[in-house]
Amino acid sequence: MFSKILIANRGEIACRVIRTARRLGVKTVAVYSDADARALHVQMADEAVHIGPSPVGESYLRGDKIIAAAKETGAEAIHPGYGFLSENPDFVDQVVAADLTFIGPSATSIRAMGLKDAAKRLMEKAGVPVVPGYHGEAQEIVVLASKAREIGYPVLIKARAGGGGKGMRRVDDPDDFAEALSGARREAKTAFGDDRVLVEKYVDKPRHIEVQVFGDNYGNAVHLFERDCSAQRRHQKVIEEAPAPGMTPELRAAMTEAAVTAAKAISYSGAGTIEFIVDASQGLQADRFWFMEMNTRLQVEHPVTEMVTGVDLVEWQLRVASGETLPKTQDEISLNGHAFEARLYAEDATKGFLPATGTLHHLKFPDVPPQDASMRIETGVRAGDSVSPFYDPMIAKLVVHASSRETSLAALRDVLAGTEVAGSTVNTAFLAALASDRDFSAGDVDTGLIGRHQDALTALPLPDSTAVAAAAFAASGLNERQASNDPWSGISGYAHFHGLEREIRLKYGEHEVPARLMTGTDGAAVRLYGEIVKRAAVKDQRVARWPGHVTVFEGAVGHTFSVSDPLGRADEALAGTGSLRAPMPGLVKVVRAAKGENVTKGQPLLILEAMKMEHTIAAPHDGLIADIAAEGEQVSDGTVLVKFVEEA
Amino acid sequence: MAVLHSQLSPSSETFRSNAEKMRALVADISEKAAHVQRGGSEEARHRHVTRGKLLPRDRLAQLLDTGSPFLEIGQFAAFDMYGGDIASAGMIAGIGRVEGREVMVVVNDATVKGGTYYPLTVKKHLRAQEIALQNNLPCIYLVDSGGANLPNQDEVFPDRDHFGRIFYNQATMSAAGIPQIACVMGSCTAGGAYVPAMADESIMVRKQATIFLGGPPLVKAATGEEVSAEDLGGADLHTRESGVADHLAVDDEHALAITRRIVKNLNRNKTIGLSLQKPAPPLYAPDEIYGIVPTDMRQPYDVREVIARIVDGSEFDEFKQNYGTTLVTGFAHLYGMPVGIIANNGVLFSESAVKGTHFIELCCQRGIPLVFLQNITGFMVGRKYEAGGIAKDGAKLVMAVATAQVPKVTMIIGGSFGAGNYGMCGRAYSPRFLWMWPNSRISVMGGEQAAMVLALVKREGIERKGGTWSAEEEAAFKQPTLEKYEREGHPLYSSARLWDDGIVDPARSRDVLALSLSAALNAPIPETKFGVFRM
Repeated sequence: MFSKILIANRGEIACRVIRTARRLGVKTVAVYSDADARALHVQMADEAVHIGPSPVGESYLRGDKIIAAAKETGAEAIHPGYGFLSENPDFVDQVVAADLTFIGPSATSIRAMGLKDAAKRLMEKAGVPVVPGYHGEAQEIVVLASKAREIGYPVLIKARAGGGGKGMRRVDDPDDFAEALSGARREAKTAFGDDRVLVEKYVDKPRHIEVQVFGDNYGNAVHLFERDCSAQRRHQKVIEEAPAPGMTPELRAAMTEAAVTAAKAISYSGAGTIEFIVDASQGLQADRFWFMEMNTRLQVEHPVTEMVTGVDLVEWQLRVASGETLPKTQDEISLNGHAFEARLYAEDATKGFLPATGTLHHLKFPDVPPQDASMRIETGVRAGDSVSPFYDPMIAKLVVHASSRETSLAALRDVLAGTEVAGSTVNTAFLAALASDRDFSAGDVDTGLIGRHQDALTALPLPDSTAVAAAAFAASGLNERQASNDPWSGISGYAHFHGLEREIRLKYGEHEVPARLMTGTDGAAVRLYGEIVKRAAVKDQRVARWPGHVTVFEGAVGHTFSVSDPLGRADEALAGTGSLRAPMPGLVKVVRAAKGENVTKGQPLLILEAMKMEHTIAAPHDGLIADIAAEGEQVSDGTVLVKFVEEA
Repeated sequence: MAVLHSQLSPSSETFRSNAEKMRALVADISEKAAHVQRGGSEEARHRHVTRGKLLPRDRLAQLLDTGSPFLEIGQFAAFDMYGGDIASAGMIAGIGRVEGREVMVVVNDATVKGGTYYPLTVKKHLRAQEIALQNNLPCIYLVDSGGANLPNQDEVFPDRDHFGRIFYNQATMSAAGIPQIACVMGSCTAGGAYVPAMADESIMVRKQATIFLGGPPLVKAATGEEVSAEDLGGADLHTRESGVADHLAVDDEHALAITRRIVKNLNRNKTIGLSLQKPAPPLYAPDEIYGIVPTDMRQPYDVREVIARIVDGSEFDEFKQNYGTTLVTGFAHLYGMPVGIIANNGVLFSESAVKGTHFIELCCQRGIPLVFLQNITGFMVGRKYEAGGIAKDGAKLVMAVATAQVPKVTMIIGGSFGAGNYGMCGRAYSPRFLWMWPNSRISVMGGEQAAMVLALVKREGIERKGGTWSAEEEAAFKQPTLEKYEREGHPLYSSARLWDDGIVDPARSRDVLALSLSAALNAPIPETKFGVFRM
């Protein structure tokens, strides 16, 4: 076993690798960019090396710096995590050339699987089923039509240069082939300037099922059963599970055998995943799965496999890379229970899953696992950390395991409902909606499920009056004072006969919420649209206060309100109008803007020469100039130099 | 400590009828409080808010810490006076917390006659300042006033305790290190201009606040100059050019936020030199007080029943329990603060007066604040008592009360008549606060007694001239006096004239007393030096 390894990654996966390494007594070296100087993985590792500025191209993709860091710290091996350099064979070559061990497959294996078409041919040769199709050069309609007949209808005509559904046609009937082909060509020509097409089997109700494989340096390879990753939106996995719902012993046997065959075909060493597309239109059948590609790394969703097999895949990676044989034979690996993983992302599901950034002012996961289940939270951030635009905005992976799919899914719902994030928009509500989706719950999944149900899955419920009241109470700062024996702290809200009332200025999105806080002898209450909500009614609401905002959690939904800060608002308002005055007596040397001109904040407007110094007077805000001093004008202290048109 | 054991039976008929009557009195005051709290007319308030201004009570609530108690004073000032609805004399005043510190807040209500100063407005402003001075409380003035009420100029302008005294107080308080902060949110004309000008730090709201010695009409009349109010004394002018004000605010909320920020930077501490305990609620429900006080004021009741519903844990260590029993004295804790309680349990005799004097000496010696629960018809009369020297014993009590320098808080829970008012720390004896229950009555003597005395004098005169006076004639003669005393002895009559600081709900006596005492502890407790006691 290694005594020290370097982890060429960041975030949750770096933390995850560090944990296993530590358990095995292996020292760890983290690498980090500027943005990650205070990141969790840096804090957790035994050593950390700065490798460059925040953009990945200048840090986490800089193999040379990473190898130098490994040499400098005396690490013997490099764990690439996933993404970044994990499937870059050139990097593997460099690592090996530097006399270090790459914790993963050989560069040859990566190259073999890196070219999709070549990989498919390789697999076909090894007897692994691939999606029937014609990818040849011939483009004559007779050739294509006969290939289509061979493949069997329905087929899909796709632009070779394709993408985004352009130049794509589904054909169910041979009679329609000619027309569909010319349509596809027309579109392909327009979209890509290339009208060449390919023909493939159309998979009606496709499921994404992948098999975890593991090989060592001695020709051994095993599988660790399958994962179902069909819950996807635009090829982005959302919730993964193991085993695949509705899996039959026949299909599992066929798929796992094919996967092991594939791994052995390239003498694969380390953790890998064989992705298959499965036609689920008539249930899962042993002859309806086809090889798609192989991922020559540890997958994001590897924890679900670990949960159902009890195997620590990172431990296996370290053992195999350090020259050990596979810790278990196939017979020793068994499948137990059901696991789910949900990917918690900083993104706005209501706005087409737009990635979000921000500071995670509040971040809380359930303290204890749901009943009859176990739980694993894989995260690389803490409360107060930021989601920066430089990296993948994944916040955490919520992993649960229980004896059955139902129990496990219920546990996932519980964990999602107990997860609180404030400071950035997150997809918790979307994940919870998916976990409660009827088809998903029934195991009736395919890769189109999310797309079909997207509106329902991304619709956010509006906050009810209790939630709004809870936000108003939190925003008001009521009872935030320190505990004290002074009656002025203890006798909250006392006033003779009738308590005081005031406006709490809250906004939900763009909407002003007219809440009035009433304090008084009967305890506090909030009045909303004529409804009165007592403080006692909201005492169990989960609320997070963060700068300028309040987030109220209801189940997995976080309702965020913005709270008006009079001092902040006023700074803007004061900057927004009025005039610019000379800070001292002087001469107007240069005038760079004119009356009636629209200027933007920070734009230099004129230069004032005073006390032998030139002072640039810049626009304090955007605005329309109503008047401006003339060049050569001698001005006294306080003279109006620029007057802005006041907004109504 | 000794725990008081209540003899009260909340299920008894007496309790129920007592409580019913008290609740009706409380409900009446509560309703009137709701009325005065609205301020000016619907129309005036509407006009106020359409100018983008917050209503005075909203300003107040926005200024104070959320959930802060507000110990309002003079809530019923000018009630039923000046022939109209001069709600709270056009001003809200009281103690609240800002940034965790107790402060005195004075808020003009421009919806009431433009916030102009009636005689009682001046009196209230001065009373607020007096409280601030005595208790070392920073003052915050939320100014929105047209200045002196011109028709009443003779009663607001020239005398010692008139308008000018406001600025005198600001100056002397500032000199004493008591911060003076003015937030100008509307007009601030003529003499009123000195409120922000005399302040340590001031804020003005843009396009809302104006400060000038003479307004545009006066300027035009005096010099012919035509100028807008904003150009003459607006916030921009005063914060940029004249320096009359220090901070420019864009609106009320901003101004109040700046005010809070100023208080935050005052660098003040409340240091309490008392041995404090952890507060504990009374053993008996405070609202049982409703059932204690008999519907007939002449009926006696044990004031310990009231004390048991006010003090921590209902614990009360009596002093001289068996001597001068018409005055109850003893030590207790109120919200953790040690207090000496002096409460009437009947008419004052020599013994009770001497006992009270002794007890006050103890409290002053030990630096323990005093709470007076006043329910007194007076000192005992009659030859025996005069000969026993009740006048000199009463004088001892008055001497002790007058010169005691520990914080004194008085609550009138029943009658406040004659010299009893003096001996029990009435207004003239400068208690830090003086509160009244809705059932209480205050006058030089009881209406019945006054009518009787007047009737006796009258009868003597008639009979000396050989005339006769029938019982009916006498009754008719007494009636106006009875009515006058009933009207003028009413707590609303008293409160309207600021003879007290306010009427309170008896069930909240504990809270009011605790807040009052705690506020008083912002000032250090001075040594007491008594005068000559007539022995």
